[in-house]
Amino acid sequence: MNAPDIGKIAGQPRAPRVDHLLIAEMVEAGSRVLDVGCGDGELLQLLSERKGVDGRGVELQREKVNACVARGLSVIQGDADRDLDNYPDQAFDYAILSLTIQATRQPKTVLENLLRIGRRAIVSFPNFGHWQVRTKLLFSGRMPINDNLPDEWYLTPNAHLCTIRDFADLCELVHADVEQAVAFNAYGARLPIKWSLSMQNMFGEKAVFLLRGPKRPAAGR
Amino acid sequence: MTGASPNLVASVSRRHPEVDTPSSPVVHFDTGAPLHLACQQDLAPFSIAYETYGELNAAKSNAILICHALTADQYVASRHPITGKPGWWDNMVGPGKPIDTNRFFVICSNVVGGCMGSTGPASIDPKTGAPYGLTFPVITVGDMVEAQARLIDYLGIDQLFAVIGGSMGGMQVLEWASRYKDRVFAAVPIATAAWHSSQNIAFHEVGRQAVMADPEWSGGNYYAAGTVPKNGLAVARMAAHITYLSEEALHRKFGRNLQDRSSLSFSFNAEFQVESYLRHQGSTFVDRFDANSYLYITRALDYFDMRESAGGVLANAFRGTKTRFCVVSFTSDWLYPTRESREIVQALNAVAANVSFVDIESDKGHDAFLLEEPTFFATVRGFLNAAAMKRGLGSPEARK
Repeated sequence: MNAPDIGKIAGQPRAPRVDHLLIAEMVEAGSRVLDVGCGDGELLQLLSERKGVDGRGVELQREKVNACVARGLSVIQGDADRDLDNYPDQAFDYAILSLTIQATRQPKTVLENLLRIGRRAIVSFPNFGHWQVRTKLLFSGRMPINDNLPDEWYLTPNAHLCTIRDFADLCELVHADVEQAVAFNAYGARLPIKWSLSMQNMFGEKAVFLLRGPKRPAAGR
Repeated sequence: MTGASPNLVASVSRRHPEVDTPSSPVVHFDTGAPLHLACQQDLAPFSIAYETYGELNAAKSNAILICHALTADQYVASRHPITGKPGWWDNMVGPGKPIDTNRFFVICSNVVGGCMGSTGPASIDPKTGAPYGLTFPVITVGDMVEAQARLIDYLGIDQLFAVIGGSMGGMQVLEWASRYKDRVFAAVPIATAAWHSSQNIAFHEVGRQAVMADPEWSGGNYYAAGTVPKNGLAVARMAAHITYLSEEALHRKFGRNLQDRSSLSFSFNAEFQVESYLRHQGSTFVDRFDANSYLYITRALDYFDMRESAGGVLANAFRGTKTRFCVVSFTSDWLYPTRESREIVQALNAVAANVSFVDIESDKGHDAFLLEEPTFFATVRGFLNAAAMKRGLGSPEARK
């Protein structure tokens, strides 16, 4: 039947993405994980295979959801902006938003929700402060297109691009503790942790933040 | 039957023998084991007719209960004894099919209130020796589930591997998951809702009024009168059938095409193909379905409101659940639209349940769940395979 198609959508075995491997390092074995914007389920699969997590996913695109469920992952068709409100506080050990926050309508609300639903939140995003992005804008005067930002401005789902500095500011604004922040260069190598935020912001192409939400009085949600 | 209205249905047999002596196995619960109904009455004795497919394993851990929709029955994957047609979910259930009878022991029972061997309004009331008719108590979806639970007890099964059903069957799945949290490992509610909408109640009322307006309904006692409210029931079925399709599917199938003619004949005959199709749907339905059963079961659906029974918060119905859910909706289903499935999903999320939710792209309307929809089949297969692994039932390859 159409099993091969599903396989194709779901992705044949291939080398895991570097940011996924980092997330897999951050996540404790056997924990409960919600992956918001889980795509074809690659990260969930990785976390389940390597860390034995109890994983759930949320994905907007119907075909990707179908593929995830057909391969046995617990994924719902839904929207980070609309469908996170229903989850109870601290329902998961980790709420992950992998390369998705820039495509949400209300990044701040989404981040607050992640910090509420998960004991920790892991957020990765393409860094708009990367030197190539800056030079592209400076010299060509046009929106940059690269591996992380592959679409023309009029086609991209990205609505709220930010830099590493911007994101760090947002974390402060929502009183999130940054437990770990790692940036990758264009070759997928981790930038030295000792580098200053400005250096990370200049040379990091993607960043992954491990966050812990503000201590809250037992909130009545 | 005369008069201005066209006689839709030529002739119909009286009470069908399947009511009393079904072709399928049937289990009788005697007066000492009544079914306590939501209306506070007890039903006793009562019978539940059921079919099974595949084999129950030694651990009794591979049983799947399939719950049928409004007018279906226990013949999910075997020939229907009256119509001779293949089972109503023949494409989904069977050896090697998504619900694989090589691996799973599949049970499907006729709902209480039905007319294919389970006790319903056409059954004989032992107190009077005559069919219940309207003296049959009004039943609910919850009552259907309680009756099924008795069957599952009788079969010696503690926990069902899965409960699966579409439409009214999906409501039973939700009731199962809510009432018997430890007895349902996985649940697949399809094309359904947690409460019956005003629009759906409205359509049902049209159907019931059509039946009751037929003089041959005889106040529900047509069995004694030796008649059948066939025209009323056929009209009810015709109206309902429209709600199972979509405007797009109807247009694709029939358009404005004429039936057996090349031009309009300026009459009220079935000139359009769509008319002819609906009349056919109506007339074949009365051969196999009891009019009073139709009244009772549509009523059960109207009464269905899990939100209300859970104190106004649907999530409460599922609090503490460990069941793995796979909720499925279809984009063109306007009878139980996607947003109603999403409401179920949101309630499940609110209790951090393990839930998958797939909205299948289809233009075939509500009936899509009964039709060949490859993505839907792949979803059910994939979900069940993963659940089977978790349940320790092994992978499909290992089994073969």
